[in-house]
Formats: sequence, structure tokens, C-alpha cells
Amino acid sequence: MTAQEIGVFVFILIAGTLGTDIWRWLGVFGGKQLSEESEALIWVRSVATALVAGVIASQVLYPGGVLAGTPMILRIGAAAAGFAVFLLLKKNMVAGIAVALAVLAVGLHFLGI
Amino acid sequence: MTDMLAERSRGYWFVQGMKGLFSLPGFILMSAFVGFTALAFQSGLTRAEATFLTFFVWALPSQMIVVGAISSGMGVLAAFLAVSLASIRMTPMVAALVPEIREKKTSSALLIFLSHFVAITAWVYTLKKVQDIPREGRIAFFAGLGMTLTLVNTAIVFSLYGVVSQLPPIAAGTLYFLTPMYFVMSIWESARQAVIYWALALGIIVAPASHYVAPQIDMLVTGLVAGTFAYVIDRSRRKRAA
Repeated sequence: MTAQEIGVFVFILIAGTLGTDIWRWLGVFGGKQLSEESEALIWVRSVATALVAGVIASQVLYPGGVLAGTPMILRIGAAAAGFAVFLLLKKNMVAGIAVALAVLAVGLHFLGI
Repeated sequence: MTDMLAERSRGYWFVQGMKGLFSLPGFILMSAFVGFTALAFQSGLTRAEATFLTFFVWALPSQMIVVGAISSGMGVLAAFLAVSLASIRMTPMVAALVPEIREKKTSSALLIFLSHFVAITAWVYTLKKVQDIPREGRIAFFAGLGMTLTLVNTAIVFSLYGVVSQLPPIAAGTLYFLTPMYFVMSIWESARQAVIYWALALGIIVAPASHYVAPQIDMLVTGLVAGTFAYVIDRSRRKRAA
């Protein structure tokens, strides 16, 4: 059944809302079993962080839209330059983000995008 | 009297959470939703559909998948599975957040309701701030933050629909890049335990391998493999130090 057949709003509620919220609800029940500063919580925190790291990496390595056709070396270079500046300037996020975006924008400009 | 003071401080922390809208992560998230509005418009969703989708899903990766599924005529079951695979990360994220913010008397119904507002931005921001908030204010802080981010970004999608129909390619590209850069730096900056650095670094290293080996479930593989590995390294280092 496509969105055209069952209606877009019903489609959004089933595929989008249910497909996302079920996992949030499971997290509530899992989280209620975990006590603060238990070893299990440290593991869960570690897995959650690694999952988010995976999301971050795939946004840089396998992007959609405009960046899809750009050289991977440009995206990795921009991200690495920004992160290096962030660390060098004692965790200055604004400077790190600005450098990453500037390197990317200059690269896109020279690629004629 | 003490109850009244507690009530007042909950209201105070709710407002402190709302103020998170005007933080760096708040602005970055709003920029990302400007980009999403353009995507939804180009993909043929109506204003009402794009607005409804934002409020009732409230997770950008899921929303992108639903937009793609609607415009390509994908079946609802296949779309549900694709969204689920992208959303499994919500379970450990919420499970890690709940012990930090709940009080003993906090009801499951309230936590279930509030869990809808968990997405990466509010998650990172709350975990970063939570140490400076008394426990009785933490739920209120998260509620103020999560609900404000959700409602304001829903309003952005509603009001900018059709206004921002197409961004210049360089602007769209850099806007897209803003989000991963903010997340990685913000998690690094707010880490309170060494295990977070390990998990972040190993997650980024393992991600391409997972993508190559299991493209459909790569996030899940990355999380479990890199997260468990990071935990084991961290525990052995803690044992050695102790």
C-alpha cells in the first residue's frame, strides 16, 4: 500500500511516527531498568554514542543531495581541518565549524558547483 | 512551602530549557530544517503534509526517508522497516538519557510522552547541561527544550514552505555539512567520561566497514561493534588505573 492508496497522513503516521516512536518507547523501558553509574549504563551510553558517530560518519562519507557527487577527499579534508582547529583552539566549536564549512565552500566553488 | 518552591523551580528549569532554542545547536538545527523545507517542497509534499511529518516524526533521518518513500511510491510496510532501521539508535539514546533525568516518582506515561521529543540535538544538549541542573529540574528542562525545538521547527517548515523552494547549491551543501560537524564537536566537548571519546572515534572508524559489509543495517552494526569495543577498552583502562 503506497501513500497514494492509503493517504499521505496515514502513511506518515504508520511508517514515520510508529517507525520512530516505537524505538523511543523501548528506550524508556530499557532506561528505567538502568541505575545511574551502573556498568550497563556505561555500555548503553557507549553504544548510543557509537551509533551517533556512525550517523555523523555516513553524512560525511555518503551524503545525499548536492554533496553526493563531490570528491570524498574534499569532504574528509574539510571535516578533518575543522576538527583539528576545534582541538587546537581548546574546543572552540564556532571556529571549528567555520573552518570546516569554509574549506568545503571553497572546494565546491572550485569544482564549479 | 517546600512544594511551592519545587513548583517554582520546575517552571524556572522549563524556561531554561526553552532558552536552548537560542543556543548554537538551536540555530544549527533551525538551519537544517530550512534545508528540509526545501527538500519537502521539491519532493512534492504539500505544506500540511510537510508540517504534519515534522511534528509527528521529529527525527530528520526518518523524515528524509518518509519523504523519499512517498515520492517514490514505496509501500507502507517497506517504509516502516526502512524508518525503523534508521531509528533503532533512539533506543540506546533514550535509555542513556532516562536515568539522568528521571526522579523516582516520574511516571512512565510522562517519560513515554516526552520521549517523542528526543532527537540528536536535544539529546546532546541535555546530556551536556544535566550535571548543572538539580534532579528535580531535569525533566522540566528537557521538556522545555524538546518541546520548544519541535514546535519552533514545525513552525519553520509551515511558514517557509514554498518561500525557500530552492537553495543555491553551495548554500545547500554547506548547510548539510553543518549538522555532522556540530554533532561531532559537541559530543567531544561535552564528554564527561573517557568512554565517550573511544566510542566516538571507533564509531567513525568502523562506520565505513559496516557500510561495506551490511549497508542496510550499518548504523546498528557500527553502534554495537564500536560501542562494545569502546566499552571494553575503557573498562580495562579503568581497572588498570584502580
